[in-house]
Amino acid sequence: MVGVLTALSLVLVSIYFRESPGGPLHDVQAAGAAVLRPFQLGAERVSRPFRDLYGWFDGVITAKGENERLRAENQELRRRAIENETAAQEHDELLEALAFRDLPGLHDYRRVNTRVIAHPPSQYEKEIVIAAGSDEGIAVHAPVLSSGTLVGEVTSVTRFHAVVTLISDETSAVSARDLSSGAIGLLEAGSGDSLVLNRVTKDKDVRVGDLIVTAGSRVGRLPSLFPSGIPIGYVSSVGQSDTDPHKQIQVESDVDLSDLYAVTVLVR
Amino acid sequence: MSVLDVAKVGGLMFAAALFQSSIFGAFKVAGGAADLVLVAVAAVALLRGSIYGSGAGFFAGLVVDTANLGTLGQTSFLLTIAGYWIGRYGETTGRDRSHAPLLSVAVITVLYALASLALHVVLGEPVDARVALVDALLPAVLLNLLLTIPVYALAKRILGPREWRQAEVRLLG
Repeated sequence: MVGVLTALSLVLVSIYFRESPGGPLHDVQAAGAAVLRPFQLGAERVSRPFRDLYGWFDGVITAKGENERLRAENQELRRRAIENETAAQEHDELLEALAFRDLPGLHDYRRVNTRVIAHPPSQYEKEIVIAAGSDEGIAVHAPVLSSGTLVGEVTSVTRFHAVVTLISDETSAVSARDLSSGAIGLLEAGSGDSLVLNRVTKDKDVRVGDLIVTAGSRVGRLPSLFPSGIPIGYVSSVGQSDTDPHKQIQVESDVDLSDLYAVTVLVR
Repeated sequence: MSVLDVAKVGGLMFAAALFQSSIFGAFKVAGGAADLVLVAVAAVALLRGSIYGSGAGFFAGLVVDTANLGTLGQTSFLLTIAGYWIGRYGETTGRDRSHAPLLSVAVITVLYALASLALHVVLGEPVDARVALVDALLPAVLLNLLLTIPVYALAKRILGPREWRQAEVRLLG
């Protein structure tokens, strides 16, 4: 019996691996996921109070220090907001005067807000499953945000679900820009849940606290998957060595990638 | 093997797989996460033996892979072997031992992590061995041990304790 089940598991893995995403086994899996969907939504709703309670305790412990930090940050942001409003008005006027043709921006995308119904099953997978799929217009490579911050891209879609690979996954790579210095690099996964901004040369002035956003630029002939200007996180450390031509920049995401419960998918 | 027992095990595994993907997967403590499915498979295997354990592992793995839209059969393969091994332990050395649930869960968590790492490498998927075996393993073992007693008690309440059959054995020679 054990031998039969083990052999059956291996056969399933082999067939699943070899067939295309539209193959029969994938269709059966999608149908099964559709059946499980209401149960997953129910389980997620049941767990919400307990997760909120856990979050409350966690928040209470860190509240005081975070409060002080946020007050200081708020003051700085108010100052920048006033400067940016003036700059934005001038920017729009100049674009109109030049008849400037730009890349698609966030305003060109429709937003699909949805719930996370399955979290990474192990520490190897940095993927989540969301309760919206092709029925909502979601396609592979659609950007996924949480609280306005980039968290991943859609890598697999069924009619009612989609799998989102997080930016902390080792297969993820996002062309990103330092908003302060304009330095462009490639945001990739570091060890654990950390993020690193690679390929930034040593002549760029990148500082701790700088905001990192999507660059929206091409890498070679490949178009960027993400529109420009989506916040990703802040620079948490900058280092450089004599031998490496690039800086070592660590980036911390604005959101907790291991605790997502609702996301927004950008659809064109 | 009664139909009622099979139905109870199936229900238990279904609930465990659902709660694992929807709830426990999101809770991380010190870099590690609990594996409710593995603990539930261990409980069933100790209470009902290796055949039930392997069957429960297979079914739970299928539900997990379907819920997470992961590679079908991957989790089933690991949990089938885990369920069988724990069941054999429960039928032999660990029979009627009070420490059997805790010891089997601790050992199987470590072995499961190693086997899972090996399987991901064989399938060509990128893995961070340091995270899996150094950062996350000890917290995962501790969290699984915390879950063991309530999950085992619940499984025992639902399935009932194991009744060992007395069978006649004819000596050869």
